[in-house]
Amino acid sequence: MSTPLLTVSHLEKSYQKTHILHDISFDLDAGEVLTLLGPSGSGKSTLLRCLNGLEAFQAGTLTFAGEVITQKAKQWQQLRQQIGMVFQSYDLFPNRTVLENILLGPLKVQKRSRETVLPEVEKLLQQVGMRDYRDAYPRQLSGGQKQRIAIVRALALKPRLMLFDEVTASLDPEMVRDVLTIIRQLADTHQMTMLVVTHEMDFAQQISDQVLFLADGRIQEQTPGPQFFKRPQTSRAQNFLASMDF
Amino acid sequence: MAHSGIDVLTMGSNFWRLLGGLWITIRIALVASIIGILLGSLLGILRTLPNRPLRVVLRLYLEFFRIVPTVVLLFLFYYILPKQFNLNLPANQVATLVFALWVAAEMSDIVRGALQSVSTHQREAGQAIGLNYWQLQRYVLIPQAWPLCLPATVNLLTRVVKTTSLLMLISVMDVINIGQQIIEANNKTDPNGVFWIYGIIFLFYFLINYPLSRWAKHLTQHQLEATHL
Repeated sequence: MSTPLLTVSHLEKSYQKTHILHDISFDLDAGEVLTLLGPSGSGKSTLLRCLNGLEAFQAGTLTFAGEVITQKAKQWQQLRQQIGMVFQSYDLFPNRTVLENILLGPLKVQKRSRETVLPEVEKLLQQVGMRDYRDAYPRQLSGGQKQRIAIVRALALKPRLMLFDEVTASLDPEMVRDVLTIIRQLADTHQMTMLVVTHEMDFAQQISDQVLFLADGRIQEQTPGPQFFKRPQTSRAQNFLASMDF
Repeated sequence: MAHSGIDVLTMGSNFWRLLGGLWITIRIALVASIIGILLGSLLGILRTLPNRPLRVVLRLYLEFFRIVPTVVLLFLFYYILPKQFNLNLPANQVATLVFALWVAAEMSDIVRGALQSVSTHQREAGQAIGLNYWQLQRYVLIPQAWPLCLPATVNLLTRVVKTTSLLMLISVMDVINIGQQIIEANNKTDPNGVFWIYGIIFLFYFLINYPLSRWAKHLTQHQLEATHL
């Protein structure tokens, strides 16, 4: 049996006196798509941010590709090249063109040459249908277009794991589908390992190999995707699915 | 024809002497501003570090130079440096030093404020692609912060130019000191000369500061439009 790509064990997170995450443990195998579901304020986004070093945690261990994460700044800088993250608010750099946004990581962080990176980036841009926008500035793009570029920016580093934090939450409904299609392609054709926080239940149902249901900062259940949507094990999850009305 | 006193300006080399004084003024303001802006930018970046003792020290530095009046600073450095540290600098250099330290203090606050006003999301997006601290500063934060710094910096420059008028107190031969000498030398023959001398000094300062202040206004306007896009 191969070791999981990511192992989270007994992770605890608190801000001062408020306990945000309690005893979070799960495994994520390479090629698997894990969806984090749960009501607002259940700690989904915080958990995702812990996995990228944007939030520190107080107890527990993270193991990524066999390496224990010590939470040192240097180590996170290395790991972030392998763990890509896409945010709800896109957060493209407004002073840089689309291409400059994407190339910053590969050229400056990974010190790869422009000649080798450029063809890869052009291919990625083509895949997300943004090839004609490489010299545009973020302010000239729509929300959906910005988010597609943000995904390419993360992919350009060739990560082994992608974290998606409510990436469609600030998009107009008609833009949501484009972005979700791209994420699904990434899972289907590239077998990208992903951790996805979303409120789009249809999408979650289509994409999830596993569902991690969180409430009040605890894992309530971890269930294979198809089963979770048909027969959730806990009443919390049943109520949650009923309230989502999809 | 009534004696207006304007010939004070044209007599002998008076006008050239005034221009020479103006050059001293400009040189001190310029050199101090360049040193101060560079030093202050660095201090401003350091003030955003999570290192608490460093932040406290730099904050004290800022407050010292902001609270103590410039005249007092000039006297302090002019009299204390030679006495306590046995460092005898010419008045021009003392003036440049004091002004540079003052500009650095003010500049550090402008830069700190601008850097901190770049949103946390931008910082996190930069971290998420693996940028280290200095790369984040260089590629993400500083390019976004510097347009925010510009208007306040140009305003600071106009204050520097105006404050050079205090330099005569430590006997720097700036434009005001020269003007004062000319007035005193011609007081008997040209009692009205004082209006012309100070009139021309007013004009000099105006010609330097008015474009600067227009520029600052333009930059602010530009920024407002940019943020409302």
